[in-house]
Amino acid sequence: MQIIKRRKWFYALSLIIIIPGLISLFLQGLNLGIDFTGGSITHIKLPSQVTTAEVREVLEKQGLEKAEVQKSGDEFYLRTSELTQEETDELMAALKEEFSEVVFMSAESVGATIGGELTRNAILAISIAAVLMLIYISFRFEWTFGIASIVSILHNVLVVLGAFSLFQWEVNSAFIAAILTVIGYSINDTIVIFDRVRENMRGTRKQDYEDLVNRSVAQTLNRSVNTVLTSIFPLVALLILGGSTIKLFVLAMLIGFVVGCYSSICIASSTWYEIKTSRAAA
Amino acid sequence: MQRNTSIAIIAAIVVVIGIISYFVYQPLLNNINLGLDLRGGLRVVLEAEELEGEKVTQDTIEKALGILRTRVDALGVKETVLYPQGDKRVVIEIAGEDDPEAAVNILKNTAQLQFMDEEGNVVLTGKNLVDAQAQMKRDGSNEAEIALEFDKEGTELFAKATSENVGKPIIIVLDGQPISAPTVREPITNGQAVITGNFTAKEAQDLAVLLRSGALPVSLKVMEKRSIGPTLGADSLDKSLKAGLVGLIAILVFMIGYYRLPGLIADLSLVIYTMLVLGTMAILDAVLTLPGIAGFALSIGMAVDANVIIYERIKEELRWGKTLVAAIEAGFKRAFTAIFDANITTLITAAVLMYFGTGPIKGFAVTLSIGIVASLLVALTFTRYMLVLFANITKNEKAYGI
Repeated sequence: MQIIKRRKWFYALSLIIIIPGLISLFLQGLNLGIDFTGGSITHIKLPSQVTTAEVREVLEKQGLEKAEVQKSGDEFYLRTSELTQEETDELMAALKEEFSEVVFMSAESVGATIGGELTRNAILAISIAAVLMLIYISFRFEWTFGIASIVSILHNVLVVLGAFSLFQWEVNSAFIAAILTVIGYSINDTIVIFDRVRENMRGTRKQDYEDLVNRSVAQTLNRSVNTVLTSIFPLVALLILGGSTIKLFVLAMLIGFVVGCYSSICIASSTWYEIKTSRAAA
Repeated sequence: MQRNTSIAIIAAIVVVIGIISYFVYQPLLNNINLGLDLRGGLRVVLEAEELEGEKVTQDTIEKALGILRTRVDALGVKETVLYPQGDKRVVIEIAGEDDPEAAVNILKNTAQLQFMDEEGNVVLTGKNLVDAQAQMKRDGSNEAEIALEFDKEGTELFAKATSENVGKPIIIVLDGQPISAPTVREPITNGQAVITGNFTAKEAQDLAVLLRSGALPVSLKVMEKRSIGPTLGADSLDKSLKAGLVGLIAILVFMIGYYRLPGLIADLSLVIYTMLVLGTMAILDAVLTLPGIAGFALSIGMAVDANVIIYERIKEELRWGKTLVAAIEAGFKRAFTAIFDANITTLITAAVLMYFGTGPIKGFAVTLSIGIVASLLVALTFTRYMLVLFANITKNEKAYGI
């Protein structure tokens, strides 16, 4: 395994993936769902020949001009400004009158402040967790491993965020849980490789670090691949067989796991090597 | 240990695990609290509105919760959970009602009852009530009314107010809305009054319950409302379970195919592990939500990972030329530090999220934490014991995928 020799290629590959995502994040941001913006989503089932234009017409008659209507099979998602209970009831009644067969699936209504809070809480929690992780890893390993792990986690989170921004997939509160799962997976994946580096490091001289990293990655490669495979089996099953509401949620995790496996092999170990050798040179 | 004894023990273990999981699985699933996103229902987050000069404290929320609980019981709203969120919020989750919206609309009424004179001075409030009962009007119409009974102080206040206002109306105001304005014919000194309005029997009964349980100390505003229809709830649960099962079978097949004999041990470990996690969730009364399923998926991945790490290590040791038993010993010991550190680091994250997170984040953290602890436990005890037992049966390294 010539990981270290090819590390510049890996950096380039990562940048090629991350930079468009970053640009997209700055230019168009994320497609935030009502959990973050406030508003209402009414999810219903209608006869499948009904078109979004027909549904929009009904919405307009109800005074909901700014509504977005999404259709997936016979399921419709109506995104509107925040509706009161009476308004939802009126809307349902109007839809029933127009299309007769209306099955109520779900209705969500969120005030604007909740989403901001959720994000703040999540960011606070993740930051505290990152500090504690760094302390734990410094204590059990060495601080250099801690920094490299965090770089790798950041890398994975950026890829997932970037992909969701590029394709404008909708982000809701469950997305935060998906990001957390990706972080958990990245840590787990990276630490096992670092554990091997730590073990092989005994008595290694500084000029042999390249070989040390290559050897450690090679020794744990089977495990890295098998683990990502078994981890994505249930995700692929959920993506294909699961309900429409959780598709994006599963997709976020799937992207994160695959990228997590790549980054723990190629990015985390290379980053550690950079830190270690630049310190040795100084 | 004798070869035959080992075979006997292994066979016994397999049979016992099989029987237990067959009989325990369904009751276990039935005992797990499913989140509203999986079973359908209504979840409403209410925020206390601060009035000028009146700060909302935890105490206010506690009081409001107490009153809401009384109302839920009195109104007979089915399968309702109430809990505070932060310092200013109350969450109401209703799973068992046909029309949960209506139930919440009644529950969240402040039910502040006031009696005013013509000039708008408050002469008496709902604080002085000892009882409120719905009854049918005696005039034979289909309308209902509410009979009120005041306490000693209320009786005196009401007597004073009615004697000062003979011939004039007393206005009865509920949550700022006048609901009735009867004219006083003579002073009322027995501490009883009747509210008439155009109530149906049901409305009168609900209002009587609200008045009996007392007014909420604050008014509550809807911040967030999610209602999942029973069709969608059942649909997501069904599909998620089916997908989960398919995913699990794929893992089981892969592990046996790749790791052979140890793969079988991994599969047995995984079955025990799943039972352990579901069992713990049932005992702790934890709620399984969609994000919780994500946490569970990650922890299954980590549980399999523990096995993968151990077997890869054992294979390595075998390639170094160690005997099977020595390789198992060494492989296990070396794999352990990796498994331990990886799990503890993830557990740190999960614990922080559990402490700071709300809603979906908490649900995720709880299942992940339970999963990690269970995975470490199973890997350390069961997997290890089984590996040693199997080593007694066959020394053939082909069985280990070499």
